[in-house]
Amino acid sequence: MRLRLPMYIPRLRQALMAETRYGMAINRALADAMQADASVVLFGEDVAAPGGPFAVTRGLLAKFGPERVRDTPISEATIAGAAVGAALGGLKPVVEIMFMDFVTLAMDALVNQAAKAHFMFGGQCSVPMVVRTPHGGGLNSGPQHSQCLEAWFAHVPGLKVVVPSNPADAYALLRAAIADPDPVVFVENKTLYSIKGELADVPQPVAIGSARIARSGGDATIVAYGASVAAALKTAAALAADGIEAEVIDLRSIQPWDERTVLESVAKTRRLIVAHEAVTAFGVGAEIAARVSELAFAELAAPVLRVGADFMPVPFARSLERECLPGEADIMAAVRRSLDWKPNARIKP
Amino acid sequence: MHMELSQQDLLSLYETMVLIRRSEERLSRLFADGEVPGFLHLSIGQEAVPVGICAALQAVDTVASTHRGHGHALAKGVDLRGFFAEILGREEGLCRGRGGSIHVADLRVGMLGANGIVGGGLPLALGSALAHQVRRTGGVAVAFFGDGAMAEGVLHECLNLASLWKLPLIFACENNGWSEFSPLERQFAAQLGALGHAFGIPAVQVDGSDVEAVRAAATRIIPLARRGDGPQILECKTFRWRGHYEGDPQKYRDAGDLADARSRDPLVVSGARLEATGIPAERMRTLERAVETRIEDAVEAARLGREPDYAAAAADVYTQAAAGAHG
Repeated sequence: MRLRLPMYIPRLRQALMAETRYGMAINRALADAMQADASVVLFGEDVAAPGGPFAVTRGLLAKFGPERVRDTPISEATIAGAAVGAALGGLKPVVEIMFMDFVTLAMDALVNQAAKAHFMFGGQCSVPMVVRTPHGGGLNSGPQHSQCLEAWFAHVPGLKVVVPSNPADAYALLRAAIADPDPVVFVENKTLYSIKGELADVPQPVAIGSARIARSGGDATIVAYGASVAAALKTAAALAADGIEAEVIDLRSIQPWDERTVLESVAKTRRLIVAHEAVTAFGVGAEIAARVSELAFAELAAPVLRVGADFMPVPFARSLERECLPGEADIMAAVRRSLDWKPNARIKP
Repeated sequence: MHMELSQQDLLSLYETMVLIRRSEERLSRLFADGEVPGFLHLSIGQEAVPVGICAALQAVDTVASTHRGHGHALAKGVDLRGFFAEILGREEGLCRGRGGSIHVADLRVGMLGANGIVGGGLPLALGSALAHQVRRTGGVAVAFFGDGAMAEGVLHECLNLASLWKLPLIFACENNGWSEFSPLERQFAAQLGALGHAFGIPAVQVDGSDVEAVRAAATRIIPLARRGDGPQILECKTFRWRGHYEGDPQKYRDAGDLADARSRDPLVVSGARLEATGIPAERMRTLERAVETRIEDAVEAARLGREPDYAAAAADVYTQAAAGAHG
């Protein structure tokens, strides 16, 4: 029996699930968090009066005033270090590092101070701070404005790292990051800022460390995060035309990462491909491949394969950048290699 | 000229300096005996700086320290037993044996930690000052740093930002003339006061071996920062008696330099002034013995302490372990 829904239901649904751009979802998460908690403060380069280099913090200065929303000089080391001190002093700072490439200048504060204070001081204190920073190429912004450096932070005990792939997760994970008592590196892919997605009036919370099954399938598992999720989904759709059902897992958090969801999927599909935009070598994919091999070697019908950027600085010219960064074709090739793998076969380097 | 202190006030400053001196001398022996693991950086000869400055602070105020931070910790009032237990690597330590000498912290008394990174405490203190400003705590933050940190870029960033935001922040430089193994003149081409001037930050220079002078200067400038006038620089000329670390043979340093250093002993300077006030020598000795007894009690307690709990340490990598795998 089909229910006849009253006419207003679709309109109501539209109102409750408005289409929102990724950048605006982050803006709303910041505004809502600041509204809910007076200890949340925002500072970074050009985040206040100019509204952020990608317009993500637009309007927040007018809404919350110059004491809580501050432009800083171009001083990344001090932005990050001050966030640690402010967090120890009872604030919940959300700071922005304009491009992830610039975190090199803030490493002491993040790696030696923020990550360690809770542990190193015997649990006396927490460091509830968030560093928002955009990563990724695709804009021809060259070797110093395109890198995906999240694996560095995932390697440091004490830091959490999240990389949302869509507006709803960006909202929910940013709220979770701000509420979290530990330092969180919140990574935003630059190419996602303008993408649209549904965001509920009252968004569902997302726990840091929980993945999302973006598409179900039984033939192979593709684990991705950030902008690579869309590429993985397109690949899965293309494979479906050939009768191959790939399961796509959006990791959402990479430190910690949702090992259980990945293992459950691998137990079902027996094939695993990890795709990310960051350089393949020594990356998140390497960690996941190693863990799955350690924990579920017998479940695997093929070696875990990684898809990532080539081992070179992200080049400037369109043709060079396109070739260096991974795309749907690379994910597709990896899935097919996994499916075609025969015992005793070797993966060609 | 600074105001005259009462005999009782001066005695109290002297007592804290004796506490720092005797504690570090004790640590030096414990280190030589193999009871202190790791590195040990002593501030013997520099006691008047933390004591003079912390005497002008209130409970709400916060300090960020350096690798040579025992004096800052003790002057800010950290628990003595917890202090020794930490440096001996015990569960009862202030940081449960996870930090050691260069990470002693006690947030309860506003001590934001010694720091293993030269200049690392500067932006922490700046952030703490920001928290004081935004939360209107009425507090100020003090960034202790050595002359070695003057060449760190982060100092220059912090001077700029603190001035722009008029933060209640005191830049307290302990200028002992040595950047680890190199003399100041080969490390820094400017003068701190001139640097402060460039950023519009008032700077005061003071004899860092004279606790009364340090206290007087601190008492004058800290209220300025507290009332919203913005950051202040207090440069204290002081002397490092020991090597960069315990066991440092100091081959880079000549005997004359060491003799100069010892010629201005903050304890002798203040001791002579106390004597001049007519304080009986016996009272000074009683005070020193009482300090030594407290230290021995703390050392004995630390020796009897437990090995740190590994499982508890593993559980403290995060305040809130999230779902999922960390590594």
